Amino acid sequence: MLCEECQMKPATVHITKIVNNEKTQIHLCEDCAKEKHISLSTGLGGFGFDDTGFSVAKLLSSFFETPSKTPLDISDDLECSGCGLTFQGFSKTGRFGCSQCYNTFKGQMNPMLRRIHGKTVHVGKVPKRTGGQLRIRQEINRLKRELQEAVNAEEYERAAVIRDKIKELEQEENSF
Amino acid sequence: MSLENLMDTSRIKWINSPGPDSDIVISSRVRFARNIRNVPFPHLLSDNEAKKIVNDVYFTLKENPVLSRDIELYNMSELTAEQKTMLSEMHLISMDLANSEKGAVIVNQDESISIMINEEDHLRIQVMLPGLQLEEALKQIDKIDDLLEEKLDFAFDEKIGYLTACPTNVGTGMRASVMMHLPALTMMDKIGQIFSTISQVGLVVRGIYGEGSQAKGNLYQISNQITLGKSEEDIIQNVVSVARQIIMSERKTRQNLSGEARLRLEDKILRSYGILTNAKLVSSQEALSYISDVRLGVDMGIIKDLKPSVLNELFIMTGPAYIQEISKNATTPLERDLYRANFIREKMQK
Ligand SMILES: [Zn+2]
Ligand SMILES: [Zn+2]
Repeated sequence: MLCEECQMKPATVHITKIVNNEKTQIHLCEDCAKEKHISLSTGLGGFGFDDTGFSVAKLLSSFFETPSKTPLDISDDLECSGCGLTFQGFSKTGRFGCSQCYNTFKGQMNPMLRRIHGKTVHVGKVPKRTGGQLRIRQEINRLKRELQEAVNAEEYERAAVIRDKIKELEQEENSF
Repeated sequence: MSLENLMDTSRIKWINSPGPDSDIVISSRVRFARNIRNVPFPHLLSDNEAKKIVNDVYFTLKENPVLSRDIELYNMSELTAEQKTMLSEMHLISMDLANSEKGAVIVNQDESISIMINEEDHLRIQVMLPGLQLEEALKQIDKIDDLLEEKLDFAFDEKIGYLTACPTNVGTGMRASVMMHLPALTMMDKIGQIFSTISQVGLVVRGIYGEGSQAKGNLYQISNQITLGKSEEDIIQNVVSVARQIIMSERKTRQNLSGEARLRLEDKILRSYGILTNAKLVSSQEALSYISDVRLGVDMGIIKDLKPSVLNELFIMTGPAYIQEISKNATTPLERDLYRANFIREKMQK
């Protein structure tokens, strides 16, 4: 496969971009990837923690290159009260300054996350203490499935215990 | 807390213990990115705030009776540039951490756990195991994460999950990767084709020592690109199933070599073996290619009486910074190449 950019060298860097929920693939040679600032970490010590192998900040700024008028450039003057970062500052580095930034730039978040991940909602692990109601809700859902199983298996005693647990959790959820 | 302990490769789990499919998968790694709520991300931290996070993490782990005897803390500010590069050659830290004065790393005895503090995120927890065992690595990292979460308030949003300095890690904050040795696929020019297929399922591939056909040592890392909208288990299943397919095609390619191709490969393997066991000078770049050839020879039964763990070890121990660190007297590149050649010969004769 040839590099899409220069059409001269073999493409060794393959990137999947997700734009408006549609996957786009880019195949580049190492030189063109570098030029596009998707810097590959090469050399010894390369199996480091930069994981995906390219500078994420630079990769991210390439997500912003999409010509469509997205809400990304609307609120340039928003400033995070937690760390003072502006959205423009973020677009330059691709890094937020603190966890509050996610709240500050809420309006810009969904299109950006969709572009990067194709999705906007977390479905994985929830921390026990800072997970808030989400953890309780997940536990309730899990118990409801268990309850259905118990009922199907005609294990009514077990079902009663599970039902009590669900009630307890629902009360806890409402007390938040 | 001596660095010499860390350099003792005989204690490193992923090098010495056998793992599933370890003829092709050298190691499996799972990493969680975590941050403390209401504290600026590391690049905006003051020295004191940074130090507090290091202490909080360290003492939280120290309170655990099992871990407390098992872990050691290394501050980046107390290490030389060579020592830090060496730790990155050993896959214990990233160069980003090495370059941060505020950074620290906590490592356990068998070096399967490493927790980087104040890298891009406050915490980068990693578990690394031999062979293809991402599920097991996830189980282990989950426990460490739970333990830390009992004391530390992690930044978490009910909708988008764990909050990270870079939005490319948000959600699970998880990166699952496997390091694979793929000499036959590389030799038969099949690697590019496979990699473009991989990128279609949301995974990323890169050479560990250089890219594409220039990948020295034929070592590649495959990892997930997307961290949001899928559960940890699903992400891992995706990486595992792709890794399984690559393992099969690497094995098939090895088996299908016949006639002249097989003869040429055997010749190349045995020549490389000859060089490693006889040469007076070996550079780190050459070492990678020869070690890869010999490793393939061992896996294919062409070279006998040599343990694969020795070659895993040599992949790490012939790195420029590692050689510099153990060869206290070798100061010029020539002296280091001489030291490296001696070192390899000794290891291979055992
Ligand atoms: Zn090109
Ligand atoms: Zn902020």
